[in-house]
Amino acid sequence: MGASGTMTVLNPIGFAPVVTPRELAPRLDTLDGKTVYLVDCRFDDSDVFLKQMQAWFAEHLRGVRTVFKPISSVYLHDDPTTWEEIRARGHAAIVGVGH
Amino acid sequence: MTIEATYGVPTVAMHTDKFVKVVRSVAEVNGMPGLRQVFVPQPVMGKTAQQLRAYVDGTDPVTGRPVMQEVLEGLTRPFDDAELKAVDYDRSTPRLVEPRTEDGLHRLFLENHWTDCLPIVLPTEERVAAMLAQTRRKPDEVVGRMRPTHFREAWEYTVEKVAVNAVMAGARPEYFPVILALAATSVTARGSTTSSAAAMVVVNGPIRHEIGMNAGIGAMGTYSHANATIGRAYGLLSQNLQGGSIPGLTYMGSQGNNYSYNNVTFAENEERSPWEPFHVQHGFAPTDSTASVFTGCRSTAYTLGVREHHWREHVRNMLRGMDPHIPPTLLLDPITARQFIDRGGFHKKDALIDWLHDNARMPAREYWDYQLIQNYIYPRATFGEEPWASKLKAAPDEMIPMFQREDIHVVVVGGETNPYWRIMGCSYAKTVSVDDWR
Repeated sequence: MGASGTMTVLNPIGFAPVVTPRELAPRLDTLDGKTVYLVDCRFDDSDVFLKQMQAWFAEHLRGVRTVFKPISSVYLHDDPTTWEEIRARGHAAIVGVGH
Repeated sequence: MTIEATYGVPTVAMHTDKFVKVVRSVAEVNGMPGLRQVFVPQPVMGKTAQQLRAYVDGTDPVTGRPVMQEVLEGLTRPFDDAELKAVDYDRSTPRLVEPRTEDGLHRLFLENHWTDCLPIVLPTEERVAAMLAQTRRKPDEVVGRMRPTHFREAWEYTVEKVAVNAVMAGARPEYFPVILALAATSVTARGSTTSSAAAMVVVNGPIRHEIGMNAGIGAMGTYSHANATIGRAYGLLSQNLQGGSIPGLTYMGSQGNNYSYNNVTFAENEERSPWEPFHVQHGFAPTDSTASVFTGCRSTAYTLGVREHHWREHVRNMLRGMDPHIPPTLLLDPITARQFIDRGGFHKKDALIDWLHDNARMPAREYWDYQLIQNYIYPRATFGEEPWASKLKAAPDEMIPMFQREDIHVVVVGGETNPYWRIMGCSYAKTVSVDDWR
């Protein structure tokens, strides 16, 4: 205890890693004529939600081709096969639903 | 984030609104604060197709703007300067807290979410030094890295940082090697999961007696200073060394979990057990001191004794009451352990585990319909991962095993006042040496 009635104690918090900026992909000029992947993370009925979004595209933006694509395993695992397919055959992705 | 940053595909991430703080924070600490994210109401699970269509046609509850307008803009509107601005904020951790009065420090620790909301012991230099004197390890040696969830970055911590949290928990210095061993697992006791999981710790070997751990009457209760404070220290070090456990941000357990206060920490009753100790089952010598960590503790079933005529049915009923995604660990009073030998002839733990695996069964159609099986097992089965792919081939009414044999465990604990016993639904993570941290 200091003379002023104060105490000095140690900080209990760990050491955070440095945040490394990651580049975001350039946006598309238009979605018309493009392929948008609706990526189902296979969690809590996200497939039902994304199929409704797919129906919305079919009704409102007929020039957009949509592909409903479930990930290959659980969301905790990386899925390079699916990501490669989207990069090769698609132009954009909508991923859901993360809770 | 991976599709956007690694594969260069413009992406919009959809989330429910309860997770707005979490997902924005995760994007930020992954170096992508401008990641386009759109929100719909919680929950999605259990809603009909029509109800989810209303989500699509409706507004983002976070911004109040139409969901599909935000989705389309997210894929086509160029980023502005603010979105592309590099993350720039102080993430350093000073060794000391600014001096304050004792009451002021207690308030600060509470307000900063550095406690479990119970009073703590303030970590002064003297108290931390006494803790550090119980290990040959240097204060600045890195012990491990920990994070509250798969998507967050792992934070690093040293021997001194672990000591600070051990002091806060009220642990005595002689407990420190056990607490260091728990920190060295890098397994968090403060996972962010919405399922509100706690950890469980089983200590084996000579250290149990050296520091006065309880394996007998009340071992899992409030009757041992060592059990109580070691388990509390494990919780505090987890939340503070992983970068927080703050509701809505780094903790999303919907209901919370009372087991989290000391993470069901106890010693196995090796002396009264008829079987080999848990750590010996996992490759250690009887003279080694170890700590074994389990995660995902939420559900508990219990009963009294192992009855002569219908014990098989009773145990099956208990197992069937569990969620098949979380395997059973039996916590048996020594009397119960001997009853399992008398009734079932299980002279080794392995024989009992074989029986449990073979008898914990349910119809395939029920198994595959469990939400957690749908979330975590079904996707793996559909893409050929064994053993679940074979299990998926079962006819709907076929009785299939609920659990993997290697995920079922048995620990003996209790003071033989009666053959009560429990099944803890939890996942065994690992067993680590305590002696390495003396």
